[in-house]
Amino acid sequence: MAERTDKGIFYTAAKLMAVCVAMFAFVFVVMVPLYNVLCDVLGINGKTGGRYEVTENIIDTSRTVKVQFVANFNEQMPWEFKPNTTVVKVHPGEATNITYFARNTQPRDMVAQAIPSVVPSRAAEYFHKTECFCFNRQPLVAGGEADLGLQFIVDPDLPKDIHTITLSYTIFDVTEMAQPQSDSVAAR
Amino acid sequence: MGAHGPAKGLTRWLFTTNHKDIGTMYLWFSFAMFLLGGSFAMIIRAELFQPGLQIVEPEFFNQMTTMHGLVMVFGAIMPAFVGLANWMIPLMIGAPDMALPRMNNWSFWILPPAFALLASTLFMEGGGPNFGWTFYAPLSTTYAPPSVTYFIFGVHIMGLSSIMGAINIIATIVNMRAPGMTYMKMPLFVWTWLITAFLLVAVMPVLAGAVTMMLMDIHFGTSFFSAAGGGDPVLFQHVFWFFGHPEVYIIILPGFGVVSQIIPTFSRKPLFGYDSMVYATASIAFLSFIVWAHHMYTVGMPIAGELFFMYATMLIAVPTAAKVFNWITTMFKGSLTFETPMLFSIAFVFLFTVGGFSGLMLAIAPADFQYHDTYFVVAHFHYTMVAGAIFSMSAAVYYWLPKWTGKMYNETMGKTHFWVSFVGFNLTFFPQHFVGLAGMPRRIPDYNLMFADFNMMSSIGAFIYGASQLLFLFNVVRTITHGEKIDDPKVWDGAHGLEWTVPTPAPYHTFTTPPDVKEVEAHG
Repeated sequence: MAERTDKGIFYTAAKLMAVCVAMFAFVFVVMVPLYNVLCDVLGINGKTGGRYEVTENIIDTSRTVKVQFVANFNEQMPWEFKPNTTVVKVHPGEATNITYFARNTQPRDMVAQAIPSVVPSRAAEYFHKTECFCFNRQPLVAGGEADLGLQFIVDPDLPKDIHTITLSYTIFDVTEMAQPQSDSVAAR
Repeated sequence: MGAHGPAKGLTRWLFTTNHKDIGTMYLWFSFAMFLLGGSFAMIIRAELFQPGLQIVEPEFFNQMTTMHGLVMVFGAIMPAFVGLANWMIPLMIGAPDMALPRMNNWSFWILPPAFALLASTLFMEGGGPNFGWTFYAPLSTTYAPPSVTYFIFGVHIMGLSSIMGAINIIATIVNMRAPGMTYMKMPLFVWTWLITAFLLVAVMPVLAGAVTMMLMDIHFGTSFFSAAGGGDPVLFQHVFWFFGHPEVYIIILPGFGVVSQIIPTFSRKPLFGYDSMVYATASIAFLSFIVWAHHMYTVGMPIAGELFFMYATMLIAVPTAAKVFNWITTMFKGSLTFETPMLFSIAFVFLFTVGGFSGLMLAIAPADFQYHDTYFVVAHFHYTMVAGAIFSMSAAVYYWLPKWTGKMYNETMGKTHFWVSFVGFNLTFFPQHFVGLAGMPRRIPDYNLMFADFNMMSSIGAFIYGASQLLFLFNVVRTITHGEKIDDPKVWDGAHGLEWTVPTPAPYHTFTTPPDVKEVEAHG
């Protein structure tokens, strides 16, 4: 092989390997976080944000928004899980409390995680939770039951054409995942 | 390096760093994988010959659709074009060998173990991969058979092989061109492979990232794709298709290059619009990075996203149409002859365009909600993968086989292979457009009675197409053993390019002293 090109080949190959490493890193340090940030910001997939800190307290009594509550189960999640209130009418800006009822029907201790989703997804960024059982994993002993609390505020900036918001919780069995510790996860 | 020949015995192939040896091994390996993936397809079509379940269990059917896709994409088509690149790129640019010959040896020899690993999963408890070649989470994580870990490791090795092959090709083209071989004098096959190799370097690590995340979700308790832990299965589809869409151009661009070599030869005219071909290829490669979500219109994207991906996807039709226009214009008023490579190339242009049109239909977001995951999609991508990649590959083998072996293949048998393939292919896949539009879902072992006739036609066509590939194999083997000897360096009277200036058959070492490019027209 001609010596004249050996150096060039080395530099080309080194640069390309650097590109490969960078693209591999790109998946983990850019694509995944970017996807989560975009979903949070744009409310894509009806993802709601984490804990909301109340900054201003304006209640828009001129509007009433209907908020509906739904419960879903992942796979064969055997718990009883349902909203105690299925519909509330709220004014934007007003903090409202509701509860879900959960009962562990199994003869073993279990841990559950509820994942929220909002429809229409455009409303997701205007639906704020100040307290939510979905921020933490919920352990229940065998046969145990609990009322799980949720406090939310509908943002006064909610687009005018949205009159009804549906909040769904899907409950997942995370008993195995929670084995080492049952602390909170960053629920989205 | 002296003018010695190849080493003797098995170690010649094991330790070889010769680009022609490695190219030959890639080509034979890919053909073996083509037959393996093809036999999986035969099982699929045999099951779908009639409605109802007759031959295989649904679980095994799922493994067949998955393995067919994986073996054909990663085992047959990609290594076939890498083999072609190994053989032809040094010959076309006047280089003595590939830039990194030892890495070249390695990038081939890790492939057979990778596919042995993948194929061995079929015999494992719980069976092989059954989640489709797109391996969407959570099918490939939460619900996957235990063998998925072997699949992940196999994909890692294949990715490594592709990346090394791509780095080698770029390093060769950038550094080893003969004096006077400027970029805009390079044959189009070299150009399309240069761009393809950049796509590979950019996206194979993304695939590796996707399967690594799967591995971590399965074994290390992360939740990239699990909603219960704060992840999202839709993220998998984004990552996969960010790799997957450039991947389909990785598969087809070298095919574009092949027909851009062959059509001028048998039209006895220079390629029309060489510069525009180069720019069109580059444009397609760029656009391939910003259209991935058109595979995911139905996941619940915002309307702005659907519109963006729809328009960006339709934009790809523009450079592609420029290429089709150039191929047709090259043939226009040419002195055409219809040897086997030319027949395959013309069929490529015609059938790839059909696949392009169905692609445009699928690009329309509102319409795609009906077509999504139906046989219409299956028909579309087989028109691009089979009539695109495989037909151009067949054309390439017939075109360069005399140069490789110094012997002429049997033209009658070649033409028979072409016509039987052409009829078999269209009989297989054209009816799938109809059943797809009527709502037959893909990847299901049973179907509604109303699809019975078209499916039977499809199956018969598939058996015909499959059988014709055995004729291809026979023709190639017979050429090597009994072919009529030729020693004209040019082989085809309309051929241009450096590969036709070396003796026929191509000696073990070529261009040990760089050729003077000015004397020959580098590209057609």
